[in-house]
Amino acid sequence: MPFEWFVALRYLRDAKAQTALILAAVSVGVSVIVFLSALIGGLQTSLIQKTLGSQPHVTLHSPREVARPLVDASEDRAIARDVQAASQRLRSIDQWPVAMSDAERVAGVTAASPMIMGAGFAIHSDAKEAVLVQGVDPERFLPIIDLRQRTVAGRFDVSGGNVAIGSTLASDLGVGIGDKVRLETTEGVDDTVTVAGIFTLGNEGADKTWLLTSLRHAQSLYALPGGATTIELKVSDVFLADRVARDVRGRTGLDADSWMKLNAELLSGLSAQSSSKFLIEFFVVLAVALGIASVLIVSVVQKSREIGILRAVGTPRGRVLRIFLIQGGVLGLAGSFLGSGLGALLSKLFEGLAVGPDGKPKFPVQLDAQLFLTATVLATGVGVLAALIPARNASRLDPATAIHNV
Amino acid sequence: MSEPLLVVDGVVKEYGVRVRTRALAGVDLSLEEGEFAALIGPSGSGKSTLLNVIGLLDKPTSGRVVLRGTDTSALDDRGLTDLRARTLGFVFQFHHLLPAFTALENVMLPAWAEAGFPSREMGEHAEELLRAVGLADRMRFKSTDLSGGQQQRVAIARALSCKPALVLADEPTGNLDTESSNEVFELLRRFNRERGTTFLVVTHDPRIAERCDRVIEIVDGRIRSDRRLTTAGAPGT
Repeated sequence: MPFEWFVALRYLRDAKAQTALILAAVSVGVSVIVFLSALIGGLQTSLIQKTLGSQPHVTLHSPREVARPLVDASEDRAIARDVQAASQRLRSIDQWPVAMSDAERVAGVTAASPMIMGAGFAIHSDAKEAVLVQGVDPERFLPIIDLRQRTVAGRFDVSGGNVAIGSTLASDLGVGIGDKVRLETTEGVDDTVTVAGIFTLGNEGADKTWLLTSLRHAQSLYALPGGATTIELKVSDVFLADRVARDVRGRTGLDADSWMKLNAELLSGLSAQSSSKFLIEFFVVLAVALGIASVLIVSVVQKSREIGILRAVGTPRGRVLRIFLIQGGVLGLAGSFLGSGLGALLSKLFEGLAVGPDGKPKFPVQLDAQLFLTATVLATGVGVLAALIPARNASRLDPATAIHNV
Repeated sequence: MSEPLLVVDGVVKEYGVRVRTRALAGVDLSLEEGEFAALIGPSGSGKSTLLNVIGLLDKPTSGRVVLRGTDTSALDDRGLTDLRARTLGFVFQFHHLLPAFTALENVMLPAWAEAGFPSREMGEHAEELLRAVGLADRMRFKSTDLSGGQQQRVAIARALSCKPALVLADEPTGNLDTESSNEVFELLRRFNRERGTTFLVVTHDPRIAERCDRVIEIVDGRIRSDRRLTTAGAPGT
């Protein structure tokens, strides 16, 4: 074994109480970091998954209509005019198949689906409920929002006059699978459709208003033959949705909204949560570093005569320095192993305690190899850094003074 | 004999910045290979300071220390450490073994510290030294489990572990009873005789000084007398 390692490990082993105390402190610190990261990581992932379960990553639609006055004021002519805001009618995206294939070519886009979205009423016996009618092409739509998996009754089928509706809407209307519902659209078109599937997305707005039919059927309901009012996109990295939306807007000239823009509040909440997590972790790391440093500083003072002897018998400064750096690193490393185990245990305990009514965890904690690796590298690095000052003190001891004056 | 092992040439050592204390006021001294010399003098006469300067633990304010032909005033810390490791051995008054280590490990440490890695040869040499100081059955003992005399014997073995040319002993028997004191002194003499190692022994004890080959007396930072004893070496064995 190299000399430095031998001496460092022996010193740690010899000072059992000190080593045990500081190891406990490092372990607790690391376990707090592991637990907090696992908890908040799990919470955030589950929140984002819930949010994205009922919305596309990016939505494209025609730019809003604006009033274009025919006469403008100029330097030699003042005019009086009253410009009325343009009313927004439902209209198809101009040449949507071209826009869609353009959008699909933008880097990061993994799926695209044309849709018609319109408002209307669903009527069944005495109930009349406002609905959001969505005409979709299932093959293109399902990769974006997997309603087939969320179907709780019947099956997802929108062909030939069949529709799928949200579970709250179904109970409000008092309909089940196979029941007929009359549909009245804002374009004044009436039709009767059959409920083939009922789904639950866990988002009250969607479950209460969504009614899905085929794209072709919606085109006829809204008198937009061959049209599509909206194109929905799925992207590979959900946190790059903003950038993808910008790229798509630039390429197609359409309005593009990302889920991040539509859920700005959720995201700012998440980022505040992340910052507070980092703050807590920072102070925990600081406390751990101070703990390691103070134990080693005391150890250098206690051992200054021994260090003087080591120097006198021919130990170079660099080796003395490394003896203490190694102690710091070993404390950090061992503490991170113990702390990772403790943190994982805490996380699992917590997961077992925070269960929903169905006995399943409300959200899974996120324990992955990367978290443990980060904790290990962090704790070891902090240990070595914390040992810097004591190690420097040790290596700068004057052997003659250290031997005679202690 | 060609060149002396050690030459101390006009060494002055002063302490303090405002109030300067002169611990050594121009010391000239040389030691030949194989000598066994005592350094005596009252407390505060500069014995320990001289020993530190010769041991390269302290730099003189002026003057030179030449060790085996190497002028040490030109060396940096690394060079001094190397030279110390290869040429010098130390025996301190309070043995100063490292308590966390066994007797054998303590004896191995100087060689280990210099080489970085332990070797079989290093271990065998340390065992041989411990046998030579009569501690064959105490090698695996923690130094704290040994008696004072035993600890000092381990310290002597440690001082010899790098096969030094010169061993500096600072009151090696100062802390021991008469019997242990005799044992330890005889051990030093034996290594001097058998291996030709040069010894410079600081002592308060006139009985110890009388049994050396040469007695150097230092008073107020200057060498007052330096005499060779003709009867030395004979008694005691």
